[in-house]
Amino acid sequence: METLLAIGTRKGLWLARSRDRRTWDLSGPLFPVADVKAIGIDLRRGTPRLSAGVLNSHFGPTVVTSDDLGATWSEPDDAPVAFPADTGAALEGVWQFAYGPEPDVVHVGVEPSALFRSEDGGRSYQLVRALWEHPHRERWEPGGAGKVLHTILPHPSDPRRMSVAMSTGGVYRTEDGGHTWHPSNSGIKADFMPEDQQYPEYGQCVHKVAVDATDPDRQYLQNHGGVYRSDDGGASWRSIAGGLPVDFGFPIVAHPHRPEVVYNFPIDSSMMRFPPDGRCRVYRSEDAGATWTGLAKGLPEAGFWSAVMRDAMCADDADPAGIYFGSRSGEVWGSPDEGETWSLVAAHLPDVFCVRAAVI
Amino acid sequence: MDAAVSTVSVGLPSVLRGLAEGKARVEVTAATLGEALDALARRYPGLERRLRDERGTLRRYVNFYVDGEECRRLDGPATHLRPGTEIVIIPSVAGG
Repeated sequence: METLLAIGTRKGLWLARSRDRRTWDLSGPLFPVADVKAIGIDLRRGTPRLSAGVLNSHFGPTVVTSDDLGATWSEPDDAPVAFPADTGAALEGVWQFAYGPEPDVVHVGVEPSALFRSEDGGRSYQLVRALWEHPHRERWEPGGAGKVLHTILPHPSDPRRMSVAMSTGGVYRTEDGGHTWHPSNSGIKADFMPEDQQYPEYGQCVHKVAVDATDPDRQYLQNHGGVYRSDDGGASWRSIAGGLPVDFGFPIVAHPHRPEVVYNFPIDSSMMRFPPDGRCRVYRSEDAGATWTGLAKGLPEAGFWSAVMRDAMCADDADPAGIYFGSRSGEVWGSPDEGETWSLVAAHLPDVFCVRAAVI
Repeated sequence: MDAAVSTVSVGLPSVLRGLAEGKARVEVTAATLGEALDALARRYPGLERRLRDERGTLRRYVNFYVDGEECRRLDGPATHLRPGTEIVIIPSVAGG
């Protein structure tokens, strides 16, 4: 069994491969000096297709794909993701790839907040108009990272159903294949609003959402303050932060196979964006967030003045699952045993924006 | 043909030449810088989006020198071209 771990950073893409998930061969940088905020690994194909959102600070954003596990990359002549002229908008970056139940259908989430859909396996994309034309859009405000649609959760079997999340804006759902979208933030706090307006219908700064391995209606959410769970497909949310040391953070990752297992990387607070006491610890719940356990074996016990961004933690699809995260300080850590033990995959890289892993 | 249309040369930085059949210099016929870029876009669509976004806005960190002057100090994309004008495209200062 060989595992591929793709690492997107502020200055390019690195690829790591391993047969034991403890020792890794690292190659890169690909696309040097470009932001790589999104990586997709499409496992629905014989050879997985890799996609990357690449933002060159001189020459702008694009999407590139590889059908040989990263040896060569290509893009179409015409821009793969571009706003139609009548929108008056221009693509500023790609933040997410998502693969649902329909073969060759791929979605991307972009900045400024919008959803695009591909029906050719991710070579070219078209704007999902109904979300772009949503009457709420003018009130979606940029967060610290810009105004981005960073999370896309296709239902695993029903192509009509999908959730997306934006910062800010919050969670929106469709149940009719993207023709209509409704906000889905009931119970999620917006602590940056005046006290009597902290539970709005929309406008939350949701950082990341993940879907449970076996129950698509069970979702886990890391908010800009607050960690939540929904058991009704996102219709309502309740806190599962009680067992965590703090409730701020960016990523949240569901186990690929085991129900009720979810991972999180707590950050002290919005005003103190480091793990509590500078201890590098991943937290795992095995009961859908009722209780949490800190996992630190092999991770720095002190002096970790760094953070993990919203897409910089992931799981592979092996059994037992591998869990990975990358830091703003350019370290990438991996666990071949579901978080029990950790070892360094790479160090001294640029800030890590995203990681994605799969058995190849 | 519009009398104001001129044949001009466009110099490309090495990092972009792969999108233009490896050429360092391309000749186009146009009346303005914007039209010259339109002509480049028709020939090399993969080059176009490195120079302008989908609204046609010049990328902020790409400079377009027209006979030695950066176009934003002239008339931007409306900068008029004369026969033999040299346009030179140079990445500006960005990144970190």
